[in-house]
Amino acid sequence: MSTLFTEPFFTALVLGALTAGLPLLLAGLGEQISEKAGVLNIGIEGMMLAGAYGGFLVAYHTGSIWLGYLGGALGGMAVATPMAVLCIRLGLSQIVIGMALTLGAEGTTALLHHFQFAQSYPRLPAVATLAIPGLSAIPVIGPALFDRPPIVYLAILAVFLTAYVFRSTHLGLALQAAGDKPEALDAAGVDVVRLRSLAVLATGCLAGVGGAFMAEVGAGIFVPFMTNGAGFIGIVLAMQARGRPFGVLWGALLFGACLSAATALQVAGVSIPTDVVQMLPFVAVLAVLVLLGRKASLPPALGVHYVRGGR
Amino acid sequence: MNQPRAASPPPPASPLSEPRPVISLDSVTRRFPGALALDRVTFDLWPGEVHVLLGENGAGKSTLVALLSGLHQPDAGSIRVDGRAVRIDTPARALDLGIGTVFQHSMLVPSLSVVDNMALGGAWWARPDRAGLARRMALVGAEIGITIDPAAKVGALSLGERQQVEIVRALLRGSRVILLDEATAMLTPQGAGKLGELVGRLAKRGIAVVFITHKLDEALAIGHRITVLRLGRKVGEIAPDRLASLGPAAATTEIVRLMFGSDDLTAPTAAPRRDRMAPPPLLVIEGLAVDDPVVPLAGIDLAVAPGEIVGIAGMDGNGQKQFAEAVAGQRRLAAGRITLGGTSLERLDVGGRRRQGLRYVTDDRLGEGTIGSFPLSLNLLLKDVGEPPFWQGGLERPEAIAAHARRLVEAYDVRTPGISAPIDTLSGGNVQKALLARELSGAARAVIFAKPTNGLDLQSARAARQHVRETANQGRAVILLSTDLDELLELSDRIAVMSRGRIVGMVANDEAARSRLGALMSGVAA
Repeated sequence: MSTLFTEPFFTALVLGALTAGLPLLLAGLGEQISEKAGVLNIGIEGMMLAGAYGGFLVAYHTGSIWLGYLGGALGGMAVATPMAVLCIRLGLSQIVIGMALTLGAEGTTALLHHFQFAQSYPRLPAVATLAIPGLSAIPVIGPALFDRPPIVYLAILAVFLTAYVFRSTHLGLALQAAGDKPEALDAAGVDVVRLRSLAVLATGCLAGVGGAFMAEVGAGIFVPFMTNGAGFIGIVLAMQARGRPFGVLWGALLFGACLSAATALQVAGVSIPTDVVQMLPFVAVLAVLVLLGRKASLPPALGVHYVRGGR
Repeated sequence: MNQPRAASPPPPASPLSEPRPVISLDSVTRRFPGALALDRVTFDLWPGEVHVLLGENGAGKSTLVALLSGLHQPDAGSIRVDGRAVRIDTPARALDLGIGTVFQHSMLVPSLSVVDNMALGGAWWARPDRAGLARRMALVGAEIGITIDPAAKVGALSLGERQQVEIVRALLRGSRVILLDEATAMLTPQGAGKLGELVGRLAKRGIAVVFITHKLDEALAIGHRITVLRLGRKVGEIAPDRLASLGPAAATTEIVRLMFGSDDLTAPTAAPRRDRMAPPPLLVIEGLAVDDPVVPLAGIDLAVAPGEIVGIAGMDGNGQKQFAEAVAGQRRLAAGRITLGGTSLERLDVGGRRRQGLRYVTDDRLGEGTIGSFPLSLNLLLKDVGEPPFWQGGLERPEAIAAHARRLVEAYDVRTPGISAPIDTLSGGNVQKALLARELSGAARAVIFAKPTNGLDLQSARAARQHVRETANQGRAVILLSTDLDELLELSDRIAVMSRGRIVGMVANDEAARSRLGALMSGVAA
């Protein structure tokens, strides 16, 4: 057994946790913004998938990883826009529309993939990493944490930035008010519909980048349905984080570790059926919901359409 | 500057030199589907004055607040602020005009601190200036004599404290007009007293305060000027000098007359029922008590003879609904006995009491009274679902149900496109007729009517009153809960007054009844 917990094992585990957890982090962060503003964004799975497709498409054609992320963000926002119009402006059910958008995005990207890439299955070249001098030399965690593609550092930065915005800006107060008591925000002169729409677009943007990361960095390829529930795990992350961005970060790393355990265990040469290992993250989701589900405090106006003067 | 100067340049307004209203409403009308919420209401608001708007529920008070705070727009008429016609189309616009509103339901975000609530609405990228706001809050608070912890979470504050926060916030935003919508409705008497003092201090600072209430004693204690609304119309205004010269007693009489005074449109459907000989009571309620977080009931005794109508008067929300539900079996009794013709009811559930002949015609007609999407025919049998002859062995018998529905539609003159029309497509008057048909048919022996004409047009109201009277004429015991004094005086043999969950007096319906009821309702007489 002592041969199991070797340095390569831990490096693979931590690295895998970060690679698999990053899309979850971006999705969870995005979902948190929507939920804070009072929008239950079920369409986030579709936004991620559209982002994965958009990111891969742009990166493949331009050869630029950064334009790929931009493509991913646009893909996510392309799904977020109908959500904003139908649910926030027109007041349709957020759950029904969210599911419809997810199913729609799955079908559309699978279809486009079938015509464009199904014959050749092109791969993207490996993404260059940015080693942070000094820190990357630390054993075990150094190569895993501080020798990563730059987008990883930006995503971590986004956690700090979101935390700052939530805590220390008028925007953060307004988002909180939109989810807690939208009529109070309206009375204070802030356009609730606009704010919520922007929140949904921000979610689309972050989820889209998360999806693009999966395609560009994680897999190097676009495969239909490749997000495989990551967006839904993001919803769980946002709920258990109770409005705190760092809660999403820890949750994402935990789930990422579960996802990467398969790879790490293979590196260590242990043979557990992969089906069992692949079940881990979803078992973890259930465990988290059982343990923390009752403590999850959701905004009172979550999922409730706001109409001025309506009671 | 603001306006092109006229020949004689107006000096920068000193309120004393040229007094003019801050806000004037000119023939303002607001319609809602099927209702006229405000009908050509005109009134002025003066700086440094507490202007009380007094009226029953549905008088149009809250609609008026909604118009001034930018939640609704008038359909006709104009609103002037400082003499200029304005359109208040958003809440933000109302704030810009210096109109701050403290709504009946708190408009603060519970999960944010007091100071963060004040900061709401600032430039999005900026850091809220929490320290600065807290300082200014303390300053304004000191001026009007209140202190609030700026770091406290609003969710942890009492209702009274939340109102203080809202008033301070309105002042911080430069409001010259503060609207208080039913601000005392959920306060303790001490809390209400404190708020009254605070409002007085605001007026001394030159703020115009609109104080909305349906409590007469508060209006007299706090108001400088009193406007009375009734069914969307302004029925009277008592100016400050007049109010001062009248004195509390005479002012009370005057206001009671205005609030409940005779109204040409509601001509009686028959002469008042008086001098009825009362046989032994049919429905007897003894020592009834109900636990309720808002209005607990205690020690209610009432006996109703067959063929008698006992009215229950009182301002809305004094326990009438709790009382009706307790008697009907929809609420648990804390204590007390109810007997109907010698059979004791208090251990029976709703269905059991109904089988004994006790009926309750609710005022929540579309809520608990009917199921909106169900056809009229089923709504007419809502309390007999599964019973023969309409259901047999668990199966519906459509012909029996339809025949029953057609008979009742005919007998009660329900105007409907057909018996299979969903009941929520019917007008309020016809829904009420259907409800009456359901409750009064069969073996009814005692009937409780809760505000039977509430929200109905005149013709439907007349029909409903006629049904109340006929119910009694058929020898049934009738309890009539109403906030409309005219209706009670027209129909009842005796009238009890309910206040804060107790019966505070019982009056025989004679010539002096109106003034004695007014006194009882306003709390002047004990």
